[in-house]
Amino acid sequence: MLLGFFAHLRSAGLPVSTTEHLNLLEGLSKDVGVLDLNRFYLFSRLCLIKDEALYDRFDQVFQDYWAGREAAFDITMDGIPDDWLKLANKDALTDEQKAMVEAMGGWDKLMETLAQRLEEQKEEHHGGSKWIGTRGTSPFGHGGYNPEGVRIGGPGGQGRAVKVWEQRQYKDLDGTRELGTRDFKVALRSLRKLTRDGRPDTLDLDGTIRATAQNAGLLDIKMRAERRNAVNVLLLLDVGGSMDYHTALCEQLFSAARSEFKHLEHYYFHNFIYEKVWRNNNRRHNDTVSVPELIRTYGKKYRVIFVGDATMSPYEVLAEGGSVEHWNQEPGAIWMQRMQQHFAHCVWLNPEKSDYWQTTPSIRVINELMQDRMFTLSVNGIQDAIDALKTPMVPNAHQFDPQP
Amino acid sequence: MSQTDYIITDELQQAVDAALTLERPLLVKGEPGTGKTQLAIEIAQRLEAPLFQWHVKSTTRAHQGLYEYDAVSRLRDSQLGDERVKDISNYILHGVLWDAFTCDQRAIVLIDEIDKADIEFPNDLLQELDRMSFNVYETRETITARQRPLVIITSNNEKELPDAFLRRCFFHYIAFPDKSTMEKIVEAHFPDIKKDLLKSAMDVFFDLREVPGLKKKPSTSELLDWLKLLIADDLPAEALASDELRTVLPKMHGALLKNEQDVHLFERLIFLHKQRQR
Repeated sequence: MLLGFFAHLRSAGLPVSTTEHLNLLEGLSKDVGVLDLNRFYLFSRLCLIKDEALYDRFDQVFQDYWAGREAAFDITMDGIPDDWLKLANKDALTDEQKAMVEAMGGWDKLMETLAQRLEEQKEEHHGGSKWIGTRGTSPFGHGGYNPEGVRIGGPGGQGRAVKVWEQRQYKDLDGTRELGTRDFKVALRSLRKLTRDGRPDTLDLDGTIRATAQNAGLLDIKMRAERRNAVNVLLLLDVGGSMDYHTALCEQLFSAARSEFKHLEHYYFHNFIYEKVWRNNNRRHNDTVSVPELIRTYGKKYRVIFVGDATMSPYEVLAEGGSVEHWNQEPGAIWMQRMQQHFAHCVWLNPEKSDYWQTTPSIRVINELMQDRMFTLSVNGIQDAIDALKTPMVPNAHQFDPQP
Repeated sequence: MSQTDYIITDELQQAVDAALTLERPLLVKGEPGTGKTQLAIEIAQRLEAPLFQWHVKSTTRAHQGLYEYDAVSRLRDSQLGDERVKDISNYILHGVLWDAFTCDQRAIVLIDEIDKADIEFPNDLLQELDRMSFNVYETRETITARQRPLVIITSNNEKELPDAFLRRCFFHYIAFPDKSTMEKIVEAHFPDIKKDLLKSAMDVFFDLREVPGLKKKPSTSELLDWLKLLIADDLPAEALASDELRTVLPKMHGALLKNEQDVHLFERLIFLHKQRQR
């Protein structure tokens, strides 16, 4: 049954590995998280999920799988009550604690009291279990954490407590949510490539020591360059029209990117890439930079990130004269391919929800042009985009052929 | 810090319980000020176990937690003709993990803010945390843990941790305390706080956290600081009456809002509110 749960998690796209599943089984065999479904929920989450952004999805999968199977759970985990009383190793107690045990009337008496207390708990608690003696109120050791721990619990299944996973309290943490600058920065940071470039101007202490030792003690000073983030980024942003709805999100991305990359260049375009782009939106009609110049100016190492909703008429991409603003001699798709031939590391970030992608023809067309390197403008999307940026695009075998 | 100061939720307690039983490192994340670092200190106190703290910085290297070879002193000693120079183990400086591994009883190790370090840092510790042993290259000995220590790792999410590392850890996210837990926490710190003051302070605090667009939401530790100020000033609870929150800045707001943009934002909200009332 647990294997089914594991398969269910994996099919929901949660990154759960076999090792983690084995950890879960090991824990269960040691009676961790077996008392009731709530405990099992907490323990399995502890073992299997390593990112709070995935908590919400886990909650949903858990609910989906275990709803209606509570009885099956109790049967699977039955037989435990006999060994709840995992006796602590007496030798592990300190002298002081032993004295306290004696004061309670010896070990057997202690365990008797323990059993009695368990009985009480059965009536008062709802399947909860607790470490004995939190904060010194119980005779079972200091502050509740006995060195080996005498763990007890009430039997499960009598008036179950509120199901935590049904509350979905981690909904806000889901990675597909919209995000603030900080989250963007964290996501962008993985594009960092620290290299030592430039003039060697700091003392390499380890190197000096090594060289000096090899030099039989005669000082041999080594210098090296400082570590810098060597990634260059070219950000191309769609402005105006339908992008107005996404301004706030794009601003956040922009400010995050600016603080994260030292070499960041940005230009604007409207709807799609044609022969020119511009840097200043107020003077966009007379102060433009042509795309060939862009290609000449920035080296092949630049990572190019297009940001746009890609929502337009497909003609704006595929046809000459398709642009809504001017007469373009060549279709945008050709300009896009020229960019891609020079800048092999390109991605497209789309603030539009991915649900709409399939139903908007222009998004499908552009995604095809981008060789599926279009991602949503969200934490997950940026993460995927950054991963994609690490590998160059393979030039398209069948070049775009403009319709006559 | 006395034992009653720190409130452990059931969830967190179970996580610690599991990490102790299965001897796996416990990775703890959560909003700043939710007591991630305090957790290790508290466990060590309750278990009466020695605590080894390793505060990670951006320059911290993984091997510093194991040991360091002090080549500079050895070089100096060799030039002065010191006798110690012949034994290389005189120049091996023990790191946090070394001390924890060789400890006679089960130790607690705190690796604080692991995300501050280089991206490769967690990967460099994989074997050490998994097998709880490491080799000392200089003296060719192997240090193995006598008792596997409980390792508590905290992270502020500044960098992603590698999957291989995560697979070996238990993970727990400390959610921001709800009102009732927060009341318990406050009562643990200020046992004789006036009930009405506490109630109105809590209302102000949770209202403030709801204000949209705050750059930095006030956290538990800020609430505690603020309450300390309020108590020191012996303010009556009426001074914080909750409908007043929307008309003036709360008293001593400097303890809660740490950012002038947030204060401005708040002032603007108050202004808008006043206008609407007219």
